[in-house]
Amino acid sequence: MSEKKIIADNAINMNRRSFLGKSALGVGGMALGSLLGCNFYQKEGSLITKADNPMGIKGILNSPHHPAKIKRVIYLFQSGGPSQLELFDYKPLLNQRRGEDLPESIRNGQRLTGMTSGQDKFPLVGSNFGFQQHGKNGTWISDLLPYTAKMVDELCIVKSMYTEAINHDPAVTFFQTGSQQPGRPSIGSWLSYGLGSENENLPSFTVLLSRGTGRPNGQPLYTRLWGNGFLHSLHQGVQFRAAKDPVLYLNDPKGISKETKRSILDNLAVLNEKQYKEFGDEEIQSRIAQYEMAYRMQTSVPEVMNTENEPDYIYKMYGADAKIPGTYAANCLLARRLAEQDVRFIQLYHMGWDQHDNLPSAIEKQAKDVDQASAALVADLKQRGMLEDTLVVWGGEFGRTNYSQGLLTDTNYGRDHHPRCFTMWMAGGGIKPGFVYGETDEFGYNIVDNPVHVHDFQATLLHLLGIDHERLTYKYQGRRFRLTDVEGHLVKDILA
Amino acid sequence: MPVIRTLIKKRFLPVHFVILSFLVISCQSKKGEYAIISLEQSISQIPDSIDFSFHIKPILSDRCFVCHGPDKNAVEGGLSLNKPEDAYAAIGENKDRYAIIPGDLEKSELIKRIFEDDPTLKMPPPESNLILSDYEKELLKKWVEQGAVYKKHWAFVPPVSPAVPIIENDEWSQNEIDKFIQEKLNLQGFSPSKKAAKEQLVRRAFFSIAGLPPSVDQVNAFIKDTSKNAYEKIVDSLLNTTAYAEYMAADWMDVARYADTHGYQDDFERTMWPWRDWVIHAFEKNMPYNEFVTYQLAGDMLSNATKESILATGFNRNHKITAEGGVIPEEYRIEYVEDRTNTFSTAFLGMTMECARCHDHKYDPLSQKEHFQLFGFFNNIDEKGLMANAQEIPKPYIIVSKEDKEGVLNFVNMTKNPEQKVEVMVMRDMPVQRETFVLNRGVYDQPSEQVFPATPEAILPFPDNFPKNRLGLSKWLFHEKNPLTARVAVNRIWQRMFGKGLVESSYDFGNQGALPSHPELLDFLAVKFMKEGWDVKQIMKYMVLSSTYQQSSHITEEMQELDPENTYLARASRLRLSAEMIRDQALKISGLLNEEVGGPSVKPYQPEGIWEETTGGGGGSTSTYVQSEGEDLYRKSLYTFWKRTVPPPTMMTFDASSRDLCTVKRQETNTPLQALVLLNDPQLIEAARALAYKAIDASGKEPLNQIGYVFQNATSRKPNEEELKILHNLYLDTFEKIKAGEVVTDEYLSIGEFSTDMEVSSDHLTALALTAHTILNLDETISRG
Repeated sequence: MSEKKIIADNAINMNRRSFLGKSALGVGGMALGSLLGCNFYQKEGSLITKADNPMGIKGILNSPHHPAKIKRVIYLFQSGGPSQLELFDYKPLLNQRRGEDLPESIRNGQRLTGMTSGQDKFPLVGSNFGFQQHGKNGTWISDLLPYTAKMVDELCIVKSMYTEAINHDPAVTFFQTGSQQPGRPSIGSWLSYGLGSENENLPSFTVLLSRGTGRPNGQPLYTRLWGNGFLHSLHQGVQFRAAKDPVLYLNDPKGISKETKRSILDNLAVLNEKQYKEFGDEEIQSRIAQYEMAYRMQTSVPEVMNTENEPDYIYKMYGADAKIPGTYAANCLLARRLAEQDVRFIQLYHMGWDQHDNLPSAIEKQAKDVDQASAALVADLKQRGMLEDTLVVWGGEFGRTNYSQGLLTDTNYGRDHHPRCFTMWMAGGGIKPGFVYGETDEFGYNIVDNPVHVHDFQATLLHLLGIDHERLTYKYQGRRFRLTDVEGHLVKDILA
Repeated sequence: MPVIRTLIKKRFLPVHFVILSFLVISCQSKKGEYAIISLEQSISQIPDSIDFSFHIKPILSDRCFVCHGPDKNAVEGGLSLNKPEDAYAAIGENKDRYAIIPGDLEKSELIKRIFEDDPTLKMPPPESNLILSDYEKELLKKWVEQGAVYKKHWAFVPPVSPAVPIIENDEWSQNEIDKFIQEKLNLQGFSPSKKAAKEQLVRRAFFSIAGLPPSVDQVNAFIKDTSKNAYEKIVDSLLNTTAYAEYMAADWMDVARYADTHGYQDDFERTMWPWRDWVIHAFEKNMPYNEFVTYQLAGDMLSNATKESILATGFNRNHKITAEGGVIPEEYRIEYVEDRTNTFSTAFLGMTMECARCHDHKYDPLSQKEHFQLFGFFNNIDEKGLMANAQEIPKPYIIVSKEDKEGVLNFVNMTKNPEQKVEVMVMRDMPVQRETFVLNRGVYDQPSEQVFPATPEAILPFPDNFPKNRLGLSKWLFHEKNPLTARVAVNRIWQRMFGKGLVESSYDFGNQGALPSHPELLDFLAVKFMKEGWDVKQIMKYMVLSSTYQQSSHITEEMQELDPENTYLARASRLRLSAEMIRDQALKISGLLNEEVGGPSVKPYQPEGIWEETTGGGGGSTSTYVQSEGEDLYRKSLYTFWKRTVPPPTMMTFDASSRDLCTVKRQETNTPLQALVLLNDPQLIEAARALAYKAIDASGKEPLNQIGYVFQNATSRKPNEEELKILHNLYLDTFEKIKAGEVVTDEYLSIGEFSTDMEVSSDHLTALALTAHTILNLDETISRG
């Protein structure tokens, strides 16, 4: 079978004929109008999109490889490389030995970035911020994260993440696509391809961006991070923006009423249907259906983006920023609303974690951007009973060094990129709550227990969704590709 | 035999089981959804005579080679199935067993094992997630029974012009293409479709040759012209347009991964557009394909090198280049050389050479050593892995100045360039060759064995008397015995004219690639192309003049069932227009198109903020999108500024390639986001308005005529009565809505910068523009039948 045929059979969307073509009503405005009001399918308890879902994207897996624990993922990507040492990985030794050179026995040949490889000294530096123990297990959390600290019994904190890349572009690309070099599909695209969509009115993979206050002109992002790579473009991440057009080209041209637009669409469908009768090309039928999906998105996207009716207590939970569109807090609230609509993969990016210098002042602001809203999101999902079948992920592309980049003074220092260890947390279905996994050495430089590679994280994420990461593949240019490339092991220890 | 041994041990020694599973899992590219690759045939359809290339190798390659293929380091149980001498060899500890004994089913272990039920003995092993269908098992069985004959991979045997089939009572054929096509159609019991309607045909020819629709006058003239060579005249005139050259260049931009930025992180601007101007120039003067490619690979090494031929080598500098502070320069320099190597392989050989970077190729006879031998050709320029800043143009480069405009580079459009001169990256070898090594696992700092430039043995050994540099490599590429170059090139031209290649996987002619649907025709065309001096226009004309090309694209229900993908070409394929064509068509028919050729890329309408919201702190000209003004808003899409990390969203929505890597085939998708672009992109709304003005100007006062004019411009045919009535009703209905205040005409009419002195009632104009906009959204408008 050709790729196109595979795509047509497996990825495209709907039972076209039952929708329009052979309908006794024909396809006039009336028929369309009445169809639009219909509920196309009844939801059942199943965690996996049903094969007969007539409107959403159908996944290639007819059934999961094993029972899924979760339905959806909210991935709070902290772009730039948050310092684990100021946030989660408490290392008093670094305070005690502040200013001493990093022992060679600890560095042990670690590759450095070009930004610090020229330094003749690597002065150790501990966090300028205090740590306290929280929760049932007395987990150490930084004073920078008071709200997160209160939620610690819901979180599974992995302190032993490591990656292969030491620069932003390859490292973020690696996390999101499993490969350092651009061109592979993103996690959300793989999920859309494998599991399809549970929502017939919204894309199954949505993306929300925000800019941090810690380093407003920090690292850029690239649209390929939410690209579909070689998968069908129906699987691409769709950016929801805090702009006039919440999705690119979503708004009708100015000056046009809804009714006018509807009448254009109805006539368009009639004319396209005539073309189909003339030429017999099924792509035309698909085109008609895509216009209807687009039309529904014009209602469903603004609806989900409109947070006006959220009650005050919700805004209190997420913090004052939640009322300012485009902030991280507002995006966390939107993430919950998208999750309620069963959007499969909700990807947030919060920029600005790249604190090479002036780390103390910058990270304080940056942590404040995200602390309250991240914790609120977990709490909010929990109070709605949604934390059971949602996974929330918090983390960046790598960690930061235990020594200062640039001058170390009493109050100031910076940290360079560090791939050997960093911290992420997860919360939600299938994951052990109130659990700390993995350990780093007392210098916070090397992992001493239970390392978790990026591919292991990806394998585990897929596992929770009912997917065996080795079996969700796509054959492209003769080779079967998968998210975890040729690596990846399920981290069983963190599963509930 | 080792296979057996391991498996037997496995039963008793769990440790080995773990190791074996690990090996299986750690092999790449072997997991698959079986449903994708199964052949939907039943056992009763097993052919009488089994052909290795067409029946057996696809199975062996896809299901067995990962562990029993060309990668000698990954071979399990000492068994390789990719060569007959290995497949027939004795295996096992005592060398007393055989995977294949030709003709002997009983003693052939392969047959036993594929029919085995015991999961510990079964092949492929269950943990591989690979399955053989019953049909495939029977094929393998019959193949062994018939002698297990191997054949060299078809694409590695140089093409020889085959005998042209003789078709009885052939009134249909225009040239040899049709004979080859008909032979297969007859075998299937299919018949060709009737000739396409003239309107359809002329639209098809315009789009496949020039990337633009015909004007209404051009359609009418063609319909009126009843002379025998009316069609040929149109084809000839199209091949002589600059639009032809621009459209050819647009395709080449994908192959060459052209962009206006460097592609990583802050994604700074670069200046490669003079190279793009050269590509247009080369196509316009119909530079033979061998010269066109040689210029790009080795224009700097020619004995008569000119500034033009050196500029052409910019092809190999179009890859991404990083400026991310802190990267290790050598790591990225290696990536650039890899990119050139892989681009060379995909673009000219149709081979996935990148698969042999970390280990021997799993499917094709390409070793890791050969990968780095090829890499060696591109590893000799004095380049840096890391750019210092946004202003730096990575060396080596040449300076193109306004004076050059008067000389050999007179095709470079410098008129719009703010500077007197621009720096363009090119290839220039260092006097002493950089040493090249095999890199363990492909990693930049793990060199092992030293290697020297050479080409893969299985394709064609590198002749001793050729210089071991890029010029020698070009000579090798166009060596008469090179089995791939001409096939890959004509296949891509065929793909452009017919919608898909005779080899559908135009990017992969290897073992995992698709088999040619018409192998003899492919070879016939390849040989013809070479013999006729690699003349691109001539071979394209030859394809377009065939009856096969000129068929109607109507699909009967029966043929939809029998040949849904149109493999046998009993009809023409109906194709959606490319991203570029959709926009260019709207500009053309609305009269907005600015036909200026070449020069710096331009920035048409783009939603506000999409560069800015991902911009980092690097600054530079790509941090903020500064929209072009006036006429520059209406340039062809070929000239749209390409920022690699945030490519133009409308183009990407319609399946443009991201230009990260060499791409020889785009997806053809159908999505809701496409509908949103067509409905709401200001470029199209503005075009609809301009088109409404044009219709009023050209076809008098009657709205019916105006609508007909718009329709005809957009689809190249007149609307039938019913269509006209529907559209007229839409117009009237919209007119009512305007009167009722449901449409604010001033607002709608203010979209886009276009203005005119023509005086038209805004109510009428708005109703007509909305009708025109509807027509621009028709599936037929964005397709060519």
